[in-house]
Amino acid sequence: MAMIDEPLYPIAILIDELKNEDIQLRLNSIRRLSTIARALGEERTRKELIPFLSENNDDDDEVLLAMAEELGVFIPYVGGVEYAHVLLPPLETLCTVEETCVRDKAVESLCRIGAQMKENDLVDSFVPLVKRLAAGEWFTARVSSCGLFHIAYASAPDHLKAELRSIYGQLCQDDMPMVRRAAATNLGKFAATVESNHLKIEIMSIFEDLTQDDQDSVRLLAVEGCAALGKLLEPQDCVAHILPVIVNFSQDKSWRVRYMVANQLYELCEAVGPEPTRADLVPAYVRLLRDNEAEVRIAAAGKVTKFCRILSPQLAIQHILPCVKELSSDSSQHVRSALASVIMGMAPVLGKDATIEQLLPIFLSLLKDEFPDVRLNIISKLDQVNQVIGIDLLSQSLLPAIVELAEDRHWRVRLAIIEYIPLLASQLGVGFFDDKLGALCMQWLEDKVFSIRDAAANNLKRLAEEFGPEWAMQHIIPQVLDKINNPHYLYRMTILHAVSLLAPVMGADITCQKLLPVVIASSKDRVPNIKFNVAKVLQSLVPTLGQSVVEGTIRPCLVELSEDPDVDVRYFASQALQACDQVMMPS
Amino acid sequence: MNGKGPEDARAPAVPPPLEWKFSQVFGERAAGEEVQEVDIISAIEFDKSGDHLATGDRGGRVVLFERTDVRDHGCRRDLESLDYPISRHPEFRYKTEFQSHEPEFDYLKSLEIEEKINKIRWCQMANGALFLLSTNDKTIKFWKVQEKKVKRISKMNLDPSQAAANGSIASSSTASPRVCLPNGGCSYNYMSNDFSFPPGGFPSLRLPAVASQETSLVARCRRIYAHAHDYHINSISNNSDGETFISADDLRINLWNLEISNQSFNIVDVKPANMEDLTEVITSAEFHPNRCNTLAYSSSKGSIRLIDLRQSALCDNHSQLFEEAPGSRSFFTEIIASISDIKFGQDGRHILSRDYMTLKLWDINMDSGPVATFQVHEYLRPQLCDLYESDSIFDKFECCLSGDGLRVATGSYSNLFRVFGCVAGSTEAATLEASKNPMRRQGQNPARPARSLSSLTRVVRRGAETSGIDANGNSYDFTTKLLHLAWHPTENSIACAAANSLYMYYA
Repeated sequence: MAMIDEPLYPIAILIDELKNEDIQLRLNSIRRLSTIARALGEERTRKELIPFLSENNDDDDEVLLAMAEELGVFIPYVGGVEYAHVLLPPLETLCTVEETCVRDKAVESLCRIGAQMKENDLVDSFVPLVKRLAAGEWFTARVSSCGLFHIAYASAPDHLKAELRSIYGQLCQDDMPMVRRAAATNLGKFAATVESNHLKIEIMSIFEDLTQDDQDSVRLLAVEGCAALGKLLEPQDCVAHILPVIVNFSQDKSWRVRYMVANQLYELCEAVGPEPTRADLVPAYVRLLRDNEAEVRIAAAGKVTKFCRILSPQLAIQHILPCVKELSSDSSQHVRSALASVIMGMAPVLGKDATIEQLLPIFLSLLKDEFPDVRLNIISKLDQVNQVIGIDLLSQSLLPAIVELAEDRHWRVRLAIIEYIPLLASQLGVGFFDDKLGALCMQWLEDKVFSIRDAAANNLKRLAEEFGPEWAMQHIIPQVLDKINNPHYLYRMTILHAVSLLAPVMGADITCQKLLPVVIASSKDRVPNIKFNVAKVLQSLVPTLGQSVVEGTIRPCLVELSEDPDVDVRYFASQALQACDQVMMPS
Repeated sequence: MNGKGPEDARAPAVPPPLEWKFSQVFGERAAGEEVQEVDIISAIEFDKSGDHLATGDRGGRVVLFERTDVRDHGCRRDLESLDYPISRHPEFRYKTEFQSHEPEFDYLKSLEIEEKINKIRWCQMANGALFLLSTNDKTIKFWKVQEKKVKRISKMNLDPSQAAANGSIASSSTASPRVCLPNGGCSYNYMSNDFSFPPGGFPSLRLPAVASQETSLVARCRRIYAHAHDYHINSISNNSDGETFISADDLRINLWNLEISNQSFNIVDVKPANMEDLTEVITSAEFHPNRCNTLAYSSSKGSIRLIDLRQSALCDNHSQLFEEAPGSRSFFTEIIASISDIKFGQDGRHILSRDYMTLKLWDINMDSGPVATFQVHEYLRPQLCDLYESDSIFDKFECCLSGDGLRVATGSYSNLFRVFGCVAGSTEAATLEASKNPMRRQGQNPARPARSLSSLTRVVRRGAETSGIDANGNSYDFTTKLLHLAWHPTENSIACAAANSLYMYYA
């Protein structure tokens, strides 16, 4: 055994543990690969460590994943960009393993390294690597190769470029659907690096083959390619080559393909220009909005606002709005929910008159939907409508819906609405809030469910932040402090919690005058749980309050609590006392 | 094309009947040896190439066999193209085995979950590693079986004994930053922070050298697809897209992505709102071999439904329904109509189904009735009452098609299995026994073709074979049943399970 100097022990262990039986230790060593490399020096890293890692490729996936990630940022440790090529072999083997996440990470690292490599190095080592992987015996290698072409292509000389294009074409016709899927997924990236004359001919013919693949899963991914390719092509080429494909896809037999079209369609509108959009894409989109399959309608409904933004208002009113009306009473709650989450965005697009006339009835019917998600989705986007139609009109119809949700049987629904209250408050303004919602916020403090009481306390804090301490002093503090006399200790605890949250917002003065006395009084509570919560609250108040208050009021109270018969109360009191000491020390 | 009768649609040439010969047996029982319950084989499956065979048993084990007659994988294609002599039938040898499932207890439902393997399906091979799915009643597992190098580390920086001590200390407290040095030195964190590395590195450090190139087979469970079935899983089936598979229980079929084990999509749900209205359950389900959007499932009422996944996310409406109206009705009509297994032919055009008494071949272009019906053990019909009382009538026999689609096979009682020619005009109908002498029974059973396509009527056939007693006076043994069998995908070779023994035959 070699003799190792004492200071080198840790690193020697780190190296030895590259081969430890325990996967945790191996993982640890791999994560510290840069340390090992620095200890070995650049030359030995290149000549020993990297070959060692190349051989060490049948390890567990977690280790391989970490290795793939580390190697992506390893250029500095092998001596800079001119030696970057030594990193390719271990990553190449990682590109062939069966675990997808390892392969993806290896491809990502290769792309990162390739992007830094010099042009001639790319031609000498990166391009051959891509070709080897593309010709790999197992599909895993071929899948990985698809994600590397866009790096290899740009710097390759013309004859190699032609070869790379033809190899990519072959990958798109591979026997294995997995390879064709990878090729379809990466087509957009690759196409972006290809010269426009080849793009129009070769890439488009590859694309056409993919759009006719007999595997639905491949055609699905080709749909994604439509938008990417559409952006690369001139508008007239896009109209000639992409538009017919997407119109065809929008009537595909497979609902999954139509689902993808529904998701992607609006992106294509920009690429083809207004006239083809009006003539072809709007009818296609209307068909999708009326699709038989609920999943397709969900996707289409979710894009309704994005689509309308591209269209002129009168086109939207003429063609899209009637569908929206139908969707608002769709038989599937998920469709209505998707519609509700975006429909508010249509208000600015359509303008005030159309909104009041056409959209408002739809909002109202969605607000009365039997399915809480639908109602919540409407409420969460109210600001957009508020700007268009004004608060009065809105509040008349809105309030009953909110009150209903606030008292919903399911506590998760109540929770969701509480979380929207600060947002609503900021959208609707203080006047509206005072009248209608203030009482509700107080009511939640006495909910049966802890999560609701907890959220209610948080809500008060956020309201105080929104409207300022003065408003809170009038509208929150008195009501909250009243409730400290609730006969049930759990509710009193909620109030203590609310106090500790409100104190930092309200500032030292109000806390000292209004909040602290209530807390101190509670330290005489008969329930130990309240008493140790008092200790906790007092601890949290220490940073807010000045030294004199801490010494004059808080500390005596805590000292008293630290002699309580209950062990928990004593424990938290002593914790709080320690906190007091620590704060006092620096000053 | 669809309008043509089955006779026209098929090749007119009738292949000569096959001579079945014994090839191999694994786990043969010695005379008088008792069969252990856990050793009974419960699933058999060839992989796509036919180079590997997997069996699952009631003890939750999966045993893998590999083909030995085509040794070199590199030049396999050349060998196949050479058309080597007929004497080279597939031969297999034991490769490895692993414990796939363990008995479990579901505390929420107070249910015992048996470890018995219900189905095995092979997945795409990659990098020389084998992949397969195995399932018991509730949980599907994805296995990878791979040769791994046995590593022996020869050169280390530290004395191995010290290092080992460190390792054990460290592994006992892996989470904490470790101060693990024998002489109470320093931890990693301390070191890396104020340690300066010389530009050339430390020459005294060396990487561990790995010696020994021995390999061993290791099976690792890669993913577990659990908690998606309320009822017992009866089938799993891979999609031709290579990324998804289905699992079917009595009332539902779920769709999974192989890479995602924590969610599945319910695509078929036949559970009625009120369980008292339940009249039909799913008995078997399989994906079409090359159409990624088509799957078939069979029911306890004897119908087969074809589903088009493109139509809708929830496929409660079938796109095609195959069923045959029963002829005469009796108390047993519904029970014996229940389909125990369906298989697609490799061409994707035919579906083979097995119910209690018959094997039926369907053309998916013809939903009016099966193109061929084969009586498997018509002589048992008079004894249905006994079979019912002993619950044997609920036995689930599997069926299989040959790779070329010319023949079909299925099992019966007394460790018999039957092979039928299904080309129109073929009268091939062999009865074989799972033993070293498979043809022993051949002469005793009336070797008469029992084909519905012929002019024979049911009534005539019903009367033909009445006795449960064979020529030697032995009664048929309902306890030795041959439920599981599989046909090699490219050659005429059948693997079948008789209790704990795996018998292989070739022709």
